[in-house]
Amino acid sequence: MSKILSKPKSMKDSSTHYCAGCGHGIVHRLICEIIDELGIREETIGIAPVGCAVIAYDYWNFDVTEAAHGRVPAVATGIKRVAPENIVFGYQGDGDLAAIGTAEIVHAANRGENITIIFVNNAVYGMTGGQMAPTTMLKQKTATTPLGRDQKTHGFPLKVCELLSVLPGVSYAERVSIHSPQNIIKAKKAIKRAFQNQIDGVGFSIVEVLSQCPTYIGLSPEDSVKWVAETMIKEYPLGVFR
Amino acid sequence: MWPVRRKDKRDDIIMPKIEINKERCKGCRLCVVYCPKGCIRLEDFINKRGVHPVLFLDKDKKCTGCSFCAIMCPDMCIEVYK
Ligand SMILES: Cc1ncc(C[n+]2csc(CCOP(=O)(O)OP(=O)(O)O)c2C)c(N)n1
Ligand code: SF4
Ligand code: SF4
Repeated sequence: MSKILSKPKSMKDSSTHYCAGCGHGIVHRLICEIIDELGIREETIGIAPVGCAVIAYDYWNFDVTEAAHGRVPAVATGIKRVAPENIVFGYQGDGDLAAIGTAEIVHAANRGENITIIFVNNAVYGMTGGQMAPTTMLKQKTATTPLGRDQKTHGFPLKVCELLSVLPGVSYAERVSIHSPQNIIKAKKAIKRAFQNQIDGVGFSIVEVLSQCPTYIGLSPEDSVKWVAETMIKEYPLGVFR
Repeated sequence: MWPVRRKDKRDDIIMPKIEINKERCKGCRLCVVYCPKGCIRLEDFINKRGVHPVLFLDKDKKCTGCSFCAIMCPDMCIEVYK
């Protein structure tokens, strides 16, 4: 009998501060499994966002730095340009990437920087208390849309993969979800491809991961996972956009 | 004298199992919900985090080592042996 699945080496022993059932933990683990499998732990530099994943450096067992809110792609650009032999990836939430950091992600993508971005879309601002994000669903109730998001006042959910897919600088853009074991396995394949692209010098890669924030979706962990499967995927179809 | 049947490798091969880190567990129940064989349930006791961690209970040897529980666990509490 042998161990077929356990904590990856790139993950520290510390337990995380994430709420029970939060998708960040799953995405963290996938990234670490991939770094282990590609044997790039010593070369990898991660950039943590502002958001619930702000202290990801306490959980990842490789070099990690932290960027000001939304500035992950800019910091990643700088690091990759001075250390092109390193594998540089950014980890961002939807408030970080699709609100305050929209300019940074669009221009890093448009320049075709050879970096990898893992974008966790949980349809809400988690860290600050469940306010509306640009990615919040229409009719979704949040701390700042107590009557539900209304397109007349708040605009429409922002589709990042679709938006970036028209830029010639983007080499790879895929949207995945982590609402079931099968989908987690698919998500891992996509994230691995995004890392492999960087190793191969292909250019800018982004994987958008639909994820659950049970606390501010206001459901139990299992129901929030179902919510991602039933509600989020309708608005955010899965697939390769570029 | 009857030969004593020693526990050999084959016993292990046909009995996949999981090990749960009960202090790390946040009791989110995702593993419980996604185990296709119903081999995981909540413990009676409360851990240091203040939640009921989970328990692997596989009296009927239904566990196939599919790893769905460990794949769904956001907190890396589950190790799978097969
Ligand atoms: C310049 C600046 N503006 C605003 C904030 C407040 N703030 C912290 S996290 C956050 C949003 C995080 O949401 P998201 O990126 O979706 O990540 P999540 O917490 O959901 O994982 C905001 C607005 C800040 N820290 N810095
Ligand atoms: S608030 Fe939401 S995103 Fe933040 S740790 Fe809790 S469940 Fe995860
Ligand atoms: S999925 Fe992990 S944290 Fe959640 S109840 Fe199961 S073992 Fe505990």
